[in-house]
Amino acid sequence: MYRYDEFDHRLVAERIRQFRRQVQRRLAGELTEDQFKPLRLKNGVYLQLHAYMLRINIPYGTLSSRQLRKFAEIARKYDRGFGHFTTRQNLQFHWIKLEQVPDILEELASVEVTTIQSSGNCVRNITSDQYAGVARDELADPRVYCELLRQYSVLHPEFSYLPRKFKIAVTGSPIDRAAVAVHDIGLRLHKNAAGEIGFEVLVGGGLGRTPHVAHTIRDWIEPENVLAYVESILRVYNIHGRRDNIHKARIKIIVNQMGIDRYRELVEQDYAAGGVKPLLPTDEIERIAAYFAPPDYERLEDIDDELERLAAAEPAFGRWWKNNVAPHKQPGYAIVNVSLKAPGAVPGDITADGMDALADLADRYSFGELRVSHRQNLVLPYVRQRDLHTLWRALADLGLATPNVGLMTDVIACPGLDYCSLANARSLPVARDIGMRFVDADELAAIGPMTINISGCMNACGHHHVGNIGILGVDKRGKEFFQLTLGGSSDKNASLGDRLGPGLAQEDVPDAIRAIVDTYLDLREEGERFLDTYRRVGIEPFKQAVYGSVEEAAA
Amino acid sequence: MSGLIKNGELFDDPFTDATGSPEIPDGPVIVSLEQWKAHRDALIARGKPLGIKLRSDQSPEAIADDLAHFNVIALEFPKFRDGRAYSYARILRERLGYAKELRAVGEVLLEQLHFMMRCGFDAFVIQDPDPLGAYRKAAADYTVWYQPTGDGRPTAMALRRRKTG
Repeated sequence: MYRYDEFDHRLVAERIRQFRRQVQRRLAGELTEDQFKPLRLKNGVYLQLHAYMLRINIPYGTLSSRQLRKFAEIARKYDRGFGHFTTRQNLQFHWIKLEQVPDILEELASVEVTTIQSSGNCVRNITSDQYAGVARDELADPRVYCELLRQYSVLHPEFSYLPRKFKIAVTGSPIDRAAVAVHDIGLRLHKNAAGEIGFEVLVGGGLGRTPHVAHTIRDWIEPENVLAYVESILRVYNIHGRRDNIHKARIKIIVNQMGIDRYRELVEQDYAAGGVKPLLPTDEIERIAAYFAPPDYERLEDIDDELERLAAAEPAFGRWWKNNVAPHKQPGYAIVNVSLKAPGAVPGDITADGMDALADLADRYSFGELRVSHRQNLVLPYVRQRDLHTLWRALADLGLATPNVGLMTDVIACPGLDYCSLANARSLPVARDIGMRFVDADELAAIGPMTINISGCMNACGHHHVGNIGILGVDKRGKEFFQLTLGGSSDKNASLGDRLGPGLAQEDVPDAIRAIVDTYLDLREEGERFLDTYRRVGIEPFKQAVYGSVEEAAA
Repeated sequence: MSGLIKNGELFDDPFTDATGSPEIPDGPVIVSLEQWKAHRDALIARGKPLGIKLRSDQSPEAIADDLAHFNVIALEFPKFRDGRAYSYARILRERLGYAKELRAVGEVLLEQLHFMMRCGFDAFVIQDPDPLGAYRKAAADYTVWYQPTGDGRPTAMALRRRKTG
């Protein structure tokens, strides 16, 4: 993975020194909260309902065991012994004291981690495929370009005061695990007939109050020009993006107001015009690529037959292997997903002890490296297949072997009204109720792949629009209700969910999910996932199942 | 109190801001885009140093052909959150070749100075009891940059390549 050199270290040290001074001025009353707010936000410090929250970037989701141990230490020393992984490859601590933040930032810097631009109206953490570098279907490792984008976007002089936040995601696989179509800019790696790599550039995707799937603004840009092209997109947005209304300030609004063709024309004009450009010489790309060279793999064979035998002998292992383990591009190796979605757990939460234990397992079984997925799980990317069974035992002992990755209890949820001052409703109890209601592993396996996403308000941090089942918390006259959408998806055929009907009370949500699942099981044809069935039959049968039964219950 | 810092020094501003005046006073003045459009020929005929102030919704492309007439271009930050003038500054310097004074006016926070300098501003109206001291402290905040701009400061990438090359 990427390692800081003297320049990276110096920049982060200068940033912390500046923020320490700003915190001192705030604590001494020389800065008002209003003046201080944009300064703290750009350093990832939020003021939430009960305390300050600190949001840490895990660039493109790549994490070392050393960094994870540091998170555990911070969780114990400065927080309440746990942390929360988000949908944007960030880690959040929710019980932080402002006066301790500069010290925490220094501890983080010692392991090459920052909070720079994890909030604010600027380019946020660059996100990517959690399987980058190890996925069997990958064309090229997207992390090289993610790191170049990370450096490019940190403290950008021109783009630190954009109209609104700006999210960039990169995928190197045709199967899009990074949800690039719902980002402000999405970059999709392609290979041309000559075997050269280039990017398809998408623009104007996003969720929130007005969800949009991104448009392709350019089919092909060569790697050496990708930053220059991104710069032109950002410049057109910086100049033309709306600043009169915070809810209309994202790039998706201006792209859809002027139309993608007009936006493209402005970007192409800017790109063709003169000026200093952030070009990427091939040797610079190669220099960064060297950091992402594969680890020292052993020469091994795949051992599918052996694993089948173990799975047959021990069904619990079999379920975990089938659901939580993904194919690896290196023979004899596997990608292991660690579910942070045990029944009743808060999605994405992990204790300090859990972090330490996982760091140890990463050292023993995965070259000391982990990944953070946008589905709020962790990944051990380099596991020998012959270690799978032993690793499964160790994870099970830690309560981290819930075999539900990609299944309906692998719920994505924002922190909601339990923490967040923006929320209308509590997401976490809904996630817990679903997790407790659907516990039978055989049934979950029979239901198959299904995503459930929960957001506590329209800001959509739980990405409810792209959940196969989306759940949105709304406030109706001071009472919490939950509105369901069906048919959303964030993969390469991204789609936004359709609204099922009126909002439901929290206690009615699990029954409604039950009714939706039963309807799907009744109607599905051979080999269909929930999403396939939904796309074939439409929303009506589900509407009837949910609201019919609610009427019955009321009668 | 406020002070004009130009090229790193306190500077007595010879220009009168005429953007709010119905009559344009004698001597060096800074006018608005509207005044410039209405009195272009008369302003040129005066033969006095001239400046123009652009609001954040006025792109410098509007004066691209007139740049030679201006000794000062002032770009306004109506709120510190409004970042359009950063792009305008780079367009003026790097694309339109404007080389004289580029002044940041309006809500200019110390935290933003290094961004402004990198985009090509060389003059700042700073609100502080000690404008020069505050400027110097803020300007020293950072010594490393990742992005190339027209100010020619070497980026981290350039320094790395120099080291290894």
